[in-house]
Amino acid sequence: MASRPELQAPPDIFYDDAEARKYTSSSRIIEIQAELSERALELLALPDDGVPRLLLDIGCGSGLSGESISDHGHQWIGLDISHSMLSVALERDVEGDLIHSDMGQGLALRSGVIDGAISISAVQWLCNADKSSDEPRLRLKAFFESLYRCLGRGARAVFQFYPENLAQRELILGFAMRAGFAGGVVVDYPHSTKRRKEFLVLTCGPPSLGAAVPNGKGENADSCSDNDELSGDDENQTVCISDRHRPRKRQKTNKKGKGRQWVLKKKEQMRRKGNAVPPDTKYTARKRKARF
Amino acid sequence: MLSCNIKGVTNGFPLRIEAEKVVEKQVDFNADFLKNMFPKIEWKALVAAAKSMGYTDLPDQAESSMIDSEEFLKKFHHALLQLHLEEGALICPETGRRFPVNKGIPNMLLHEDEV
Repeated sequence: MASRPELQAPPDIFYDDAEARKYTSSSRIIEIQAELSERALELLALPDDGVPRLLLDIGCGSGLSGESISDHGHQWIGLDISHSMLSVALERDVEGDLIHSDMGQGLALRSGVIDGAISISAVQWLCNADKSSDEPRLRLKAFFESLYRCLGRGARAVFQFYPENLAQRELILGFAMRAGFAGGVVVDYPHSTKRRKEFLVLTCGPPSLGAAVPNGKGENADSCSDNDELSGDDENQTVCISDRHRPRKRQKTNKKGKGRQWVLKKKEQMRRKGNAVPPDTKYTARKRKARF
Repeated sequence: MLSCNIKGVTNGFPLRIEAEKVVEKQVDFNADFLKNMFPKIEWKALVAAAKSMGYTDLPDQAESSMIDSEEFLKKFHHALLQLHLEEGALICPETGRRFPVNKGIPNMLLHEDEV
């Protein structure tokens, strides 16, 4: 996408009937959303006891992510601000209950009723001031406070989102922390610009055993998680260190042809990006006959 | 489980239901889920809600010992998961604000002065 949708229009106007239909019928988007939902559910770390839970899908849209939840056997309640997207969800006959509401106005749910929450590609919309009466900070505050209230003890919330820049990520993290959440950001495939995905994993209440922020995915399982510990009193939070993951400018290679070292280095880079690369053998970059 | 979110409302739960059209969905019965949900539900509110949708079979009082009875679970399952408000409204008990329900989706959007 040339520009971010958040900068074009507020979500209930951007996702009108035409866009909603386009979004839901694009196979690429369906695939990506399914993958993101599966990963979010994985990060949610619900106990694997076969008991269906009640989850919240914030910014459920046309129910693409909700379907993944149903596939795992859980009940869910979906919220979205766009009426058109919800209509498409109705057409697709999703199993969850849908609510037409604005997450920035606070979630209208009673305390402690939800076992977990996911949100795929939605939270960044909160940072925009669409109406003159909106103030993104108030909206973020209302959202996180009401979320904290309606989640049960030990429940988690996992948000996959697209922060525009470092400042936006800090803003969102800051408000989550102030509402009482603990947790951090998990980054999958941080080295690849295309595949890089960020997940905000928040836990409610005192973390139980094994509630450490999980490691992000990368080739060779590098530990790619930015572990900002959001404990209550720490107002001077650690700076998000994701800039570290931006690929450094490659050093100038030897101009005299592309030797074995160069080829090996390139293959390693490709592997880190997550591409399938043939293994390095004694034949790699072997000198071939001139007339190959 | 929805409660009224308008600023200043202290007792925004439970929302009264004004049912115009009620539909019964078919949902798979899962005893574990129901047992998990039971402590979170405010029973009186559920009974009142079910009554306003035309389902009066729920017992007025419910103790945790009752969740072992299959019959009770079936009624609970019916009221909680299968009764579906298709058209109607939810009304805040304190301010009287109506949240319309269309095609099963309640519209909880607040006006600017209510946030």
